[in-house]
Amino acid sequence: MSSTALPRQIRGPSAFGGGLRRTLYLTWIIGLTEYRLTYFGSALGYLWSLMRPLMLFGVLYVVFSEIVDFGDDIVNYPMLLLFNIVLFNFFTDASTKAVTSVVDREAIVRKMHFPGMVIPFARVLSGGLNLAVSLIAVFLFLLAYGLNPRWTWLLLPLLLVPLVLLTLGVAMLLSALYVRFRDVAPIWAVLSTALFYGSPVLYAIDKVPEQYRQMLMLVNPLADILEQGRRWVIDPNADGAIAAAGGGAWILVPIAVGTAVCALGVWVFNREAPRIAERL
Amino acid sequence: MHPFRRVPVTDLHALKDVSFDIEQGEFFGIAGRNGSGKSTLLKCMAGVYRVDRGAITVAGRLVPFIELGVGFNQEMTALDNVVINGVMMGLSPREAQRRFDAVVEFAELEDFLDLKLKNYSSGMQVRLAFSLMVQADADVLLIDEVLAVGDAAFQQKCFDAFHDLRDRGKTVVLVTHDMQMIERFCQRAMLLHHGAVAGIGDPGSVARRYLELNFEEDDEASVTAGRPDDVSHGVAIGDVWIEGPDGRRVDTVGQGDPLVIRAEIEALQHIDDPEIGVTINDEAGTVVFGTTTRELGREEQPFEPGERISLRLALRNDLKPARYYVDCGVHEGVHRVAGFRYRASDFLVFGNRAQLGLVSLDHTFELERRRNRTEAATTP
Repeated sequence: MSSTALPRQIRGPSAFGGGLRRTLYLTWIIGLTEYRLTYFGSALGYLWSLMRPLMLFGVLYVVFSEIVDFGDDIVNYPMLLLFNIVLFNFFTDASTKAVTSVVDREAIVRKMHFPGMVIPFARVLSGGLNLAVSLIAVFLFLLAYGLNPRWTWLLLPLLLVPLVLLTLGVAMLLSALYVRFRDVAPIWAVLSTALFYGSPVLYAIDKVPEQYRQMLMLVNPLADILEQGRRWVIDPNADGAIAAAGGGAWILVPIAVGTAVCALGVWVFNREAPRIAERL
Repeated sequence: MHPFRRVPVTDLHALKDVSFDIEQGEFFGIAGRNGSGKSTLLKCMAGVYRVDRGAITVAGRLVPFIELGVGFNQEMTALDNVVINGVMMGLSPREAQRRFDAVVEFAELEDFLDLKLKNYSSGMQVRLAFSLMVQADADVLLIDEVLAVGDAAFQQKCFDAFHDLRDRGKTVVLVTHDMQMIERFCQRAMLLHHGAVAGIGDPGSVARRYLELNFEEDDEASVTAGRPDDVSHGVAIGDVWIEGPDGRRVDTVGQGDPLVIRAEIEALQHIDDPEIGVTINDEAGTVVFGTTTRELGREEQPFEPGERISLRLALRNDLKPARYYVDCGVHEGVHRVAGFRYRASDFLVFGNRAQLGLVSLDHTFELERRRNRTEAATTP
């Protein structure tokens, strides 16, 4: 096809090289394949995309609403819980699966020229497809629960974009580090659990003691995403991220934290990419 | 345990000072033994490894086949796998889908499209992967040993396809340790040895160089065997060696080349009716060839004390590639051994003619085939 192509230097593997188009195709095809194979062989198949968060929600709801009597003074607590779990689950699921992704895909990494980032990205994409299916179910539940649809529901993508970017950054960081240090897997298992309790998933931010509240909103961008989601989707009277972070320009702090995490992920992955095939 | 302690590092240069050009439309072979750096070179060319120094440039789209069916998923059907693999090789998903029919046709798998890949035999999987490679429409194909798999008929089909690609201006680079493959298919070849270029040029000369190098290394490793049966009763067998075409000593001889065995013999006393003999023996001690002056019908004059005899035995080397040992002896009369040297010299034969049996005799092969038609005739 392109027999008249100009000579071009082969620069070896990198995080982004190889053309944007091919990167996108590869991410799409690998991510889609992984998603299709996630529940492969199970009787319920794709239904598990819905069932898993629902079942987790069921357990937590019984514990925190019926037994511990925790969410009574939070508006629409069961729906908040469901919504938060689905979003947070995406983050932990995608990032945890991304940790071992490059190593898992050794067969490809060592045999093909590859923009390395495709591999963690594909894992996040596969998680994203899962999230999309789950979110459909979540909104059906919201309606069934009796919440009235509001125009702010349409702002959901504004939450998903930073959530996905943050997940991508973490995925790149973890997958590149894991090639060198296998300790990353157990560390992340603990850290992601800590993040689960350190983010307003089970609770709302106003349950956090005053002196920690702002700190939490500033250092943990996930908290801001969840709190803003609560305001837009579950309870319009909730504070939202900006107010909870201290108002006004304070919101720039968690944005900066998230951006820094992403930048770190890109930087580390980019640095490691040329040597990944040799280290595997 | 010091988790952060630095492990001492020794540099190992897998490849050094390797420079070469491959023209467009060439079928180029890269050969070398295990550990010679050929796979590393291939991976550098494929962009899987990064070169520390130097540059590799390519015009057009290069597709490596370091392994067949990279990214194949056993749980999916042929179509899914063709799309996945096609995208890996740089096609768009739509383009890969469009080529599916051609791929399946080439692989002769039309009847098995509904099966998952795991239900394919390994041969079928190989065929599918091969077809993809041929249909991938790359400008440069990098192929690593993968052709060792698959049955002969399909292998031939693939090579026909490669030649076809080459005729259309595509470039094929084949990496293998199988010299016959290089000689059969490549127009030009390069030999790697310990990470450096040991030869580049027409496949025949590269193949010879390859075999020479192989044997040289074996030679270094071999330990000179003891000589338990040496005898000296009146005759001392002196130096025994193999002479090359230029008169110098050699220890390798090509198949079909002249083989010249030289020996120096010294008579220590009077020897009546001497018979001088030379045998060529293989590693196991089997006499592959032997000759004596008496068998040739020659009657030698008696040896006088102090007489020196220079022997020159010349024959065409029809031995198969292996290591051989030369024994040399002198009889007095028919029975008395006056002097004998066991394994007085040794040499290696390289070449790639038929390797069955002990020797490689000049021959032709003709077949006349007739089908038995009686069965068809008796059927009413």
